[in-house]
Amino acid sequence: MSEKHNGAHGHKAVLETDPDLPPTAIDAAVADAEDRRWTPAKIALWVGIALLGGIAWIMLAIVRGETVNAIWFVFAAVSTYFIAYRFYSKFIERKLLQPDDRRATPAEYKADGKDYVATDRRVLYGHHFAAIAGAGPLVGPVLAAQMGYLPGTLWIIVGVILAGAVQDYLVMFFSMRRGGRSLGQMAREELGVIGGTAALLATLTIMIIIVAILALVVVNALGESPWGVFSVSMTIPIALFMGVYLRFLRPGKVTEVSLIGFALLMLAIVAGGWIAETEWGVALFTLDRVTIAWGIIIYGFIAAVLPVWLLLAPRDYLSTFMKIGTIVLLAVAIIITRPEISVPAVSEFAATGTGPVVPGPLFPFLFVTIACGALSGFHALISSGTTPKLIEKERQARFIGYGGMLMESFVAIMALVAALSIDRGIYFAMNSSAAATGGTVEGAVAFVNGLGLTGVNLTPDALTSLAGNVGEESIVSRTGGAPTLAVGIAQIMQGLFGGGGAMAFWYHFAIMFEALFILTAVDAGTRVARFMLQDSIGNFVPRFRDTSWRVGAWLCTAIMVAGWGAILIMGVTDPLGGINTLFPLFGIANQLLAAIALAVCMAICAKKGAFKYLWIPALPLAFAAVVTISASFLKIFSPVPAIGYWAQHNAFKDALAAGEESFGNAPTVEAMEKVVTNTFIQGTLSIVFVTLAIIVIITAILATIRAYRNGGGDETEDAPVPSRIYAPAGLIPTPPEKELEAQWNALGPAKRPARSGH
Amino acid sequence: MERARAGQAPGKVRSLMSTGTALGRARDAARGVAWFFKGVMGENAYAAYLEHHEASHCSEPPMTERQFWRDRTDRQDANPEGRCC
Repeated sequence: MSEKHNGAHGHKAVLETDPDLPPTAIDAAVADAEDRRWTPAKIALWVGIALLGGIAWIMLAIVRGETVNAIWFVFAAVSTYFIAYRFYSKFIERKLLQPDDRRATPAEYKADGKDYVATDRRVLYGHHFAAIAGAGPLVGPVLAAQMGYLPGTLWIIVGVILAGAVQDYLVMFFSMRRGGRSLGQMAREELGVIGGTAALLATLTIMIIIVAILALVVVNALGESPWGVFSVSMTIPIALFMGVYLRFLRPGKVTEVSLIGFALLMLAIVAGGWIAETEWGVALFTLDRVTIAWGIIIYGFIAAVLPVWLLLAPRDYLSTFMKIGTIVLLAVAIIITRPEISVPAVSEFAATGTGPVVPGPLFPFLFVTIACGALSGFHALISSGTTPKLIEKERQARFIGYGGMLMESFVAIMALVAALSIDRGIYFAMNSSAAATGGTVEGAVAFVNGLGLTGVNLTPDALTSLAGNVGEESIVSRTGGAPTLAVGIAQIMQGLFGGGGAMAFWYHFAIMFEALFILTAVDAGTRVARFMLQDSIGNFVPRFRDTSWRVGAWLCTAIMVAGWGAILIMGVTDPLGGINTLFPLFGIANQLLAAIALAVCMAICAKKGAFKYLWIPALPLAFAAVVTISASFLKIFSPVPAIGYWAQHNAFKDALAAGEESFGNAPTVEAMEKVVTNTFIQGTLSIVFVTLAIIVIITAILATIRAYRNGGGDETEDAPVPSRIYAPAGLIPTPPEKELEAQWNALGPAKRPARSGH
Repeated sequence: MERARAGQAPGKVRSLMSTGTALGRARDAARGVAWFFKGVMGENAYAAYLEHHEASHCSEPPMTERQFWRDRTDRQDANPEGRCC
């Protein structure tokens, strides 16, 4: 066994294990032999997985019947994930990262019992998944369903195994080797002042746009919906109650309070139905979208300055609880009900780019519409910092980082299936902007049937009866993805549980849980962004560094809330529809962050001297860079007004100059002026994002070239510390791992090593 | 006293208690699910802290449960954790 293979890199003397203890790592040769030991049972298992996946892909991609069953999506996804996890992530581990279990992780050598705690790998997997998965993977696939089922499915599955999961795994591993440092700190260290500053600025602006667009999704789901407004606003008093309960009544009883909160939440959903039936309820809770947007802005500010224990922490518990429960439930429901899908594999909009949901052709817009679930840059902020401080052993990073992202990808596949199971006519009626449908049933029917889609014949009755079934006044132009997904989930759940009035409950249940994730992301995002801003201003005005200084905290929170609030209001009042013009910015922002994270990873790999395997981060980086830069350029330079912000801007400006009183979808001069302003802001943001990302990528390439010329670069890892604990690497321990674990379990408690102190 | 380490699976305890009957196995499985769920929700953070405190042979007495959870949320005030989209 070569020295390189176990990743010791000359740290051998330092990593001498305690002779009184069992080994802290499986011997590299034994682990290798285990990997290469192909028993007939193992071979049969993997051949079976490969065959099942192969058949599923054939059913999806080649056999084109009238319909395709949803179960093939599940089989194709899960088989591909297993194969990628077993072979590709193992390849990355063996060739590029070379983890060494004899090295203590930050959770061990910095252990403080609070932030740095060695956590069981299975628990940490759940924990990490709950932190990375939110509303993103639920929304993007729904919007991309307009291009047919195949493009989205392919990108979600292939994207995650070659890009998204790779990014999460690499960032997590490098952060773990650096004491849990954040992406921003690593960028500064590896790329220097210019690259680091650009990365920080990009992160800050990207957070603003992401929070704004997530909030826009909630506003669109709740507008003119007294039921939704009531049940979602009830989450605030429920969370406050839970906070007080945990602080004063029974501290630490997290599961108990979450169960109580969950019961109250269900009550709030049911009560929402009662209230929407009453006259006063309708009068009180039917709010227009601008009012709801202001409500969320005010809420966002208050939530971000209130102490964490009162609102944020309890709502986070509630959101985690709902997340795990609902995703398991949805998976079970899809497997049991196996809906038939009649959407074409690739729709006409994939090539023409004239789809009413999100404008633009498949390349590059599919890849920015579905960000979360395939490649999400936001994950790099969670995979660096939070999770690396909790990993017990280095080799577990593969299971938690790569494996955790595979699970999020599976959530995206389920969201796609749920959206695809809806009638196509209804799908387009719900997702075309009010500017196109006029917001009326008649308008929607005329618009959708006028799209000329084969097999689509929408009737007014279908729209009104579905609206009645889900307990809404109307479902026309409920854009943003969340209501469509809620209809899909409601249909699937009703198929599982039956019951006539159940559909309205499940619809509002789905709206509720999406809103819960988003509101948690909104105030957590505002808070994180506020600290970043305080830290940045602190470079010039040191007093801002003091995070307990109220004035500074309030001021920076206000700046951040004003930033996303302005974009939110702009989206809500946009005469062109809001979500369809803004959502590409969300995806571009998220993918640019991914490009930044992958660029940092590439520079780190180069400095390690791993040039032979540099393509592992370079390949997804090149793809993310091409996609985001070309999408940004199209948004900036495209002459097609529906795609290019500046083309739209100039078209409306010229129309105003020509003295026209209405133009395109804008019926008044005021609306036209609004479009001019909105497209100016959107176009400017596009330019800012792409410029910052290009700066970061160029500095990363320069750092890589420099490292290549010098045959490597400075070591930025923490010094290795020998480990004194042991745990298996994956979900199921291998025979040698079981044996070693038994040796450790046989140690008396007295002999168990004291974990290093403070 | 042999007690399952807070951050760890109750494997050892389970194997001692397991009776091998179907009922016993079901009970073990339920206990495993509860352990996993509490772990993901973060409920066993105090137990992990106590275990760390004990193992580090710190001379100061550990925080009480109430103090610990207060300290935890108060530290989150100054170090926010991101939640993803």
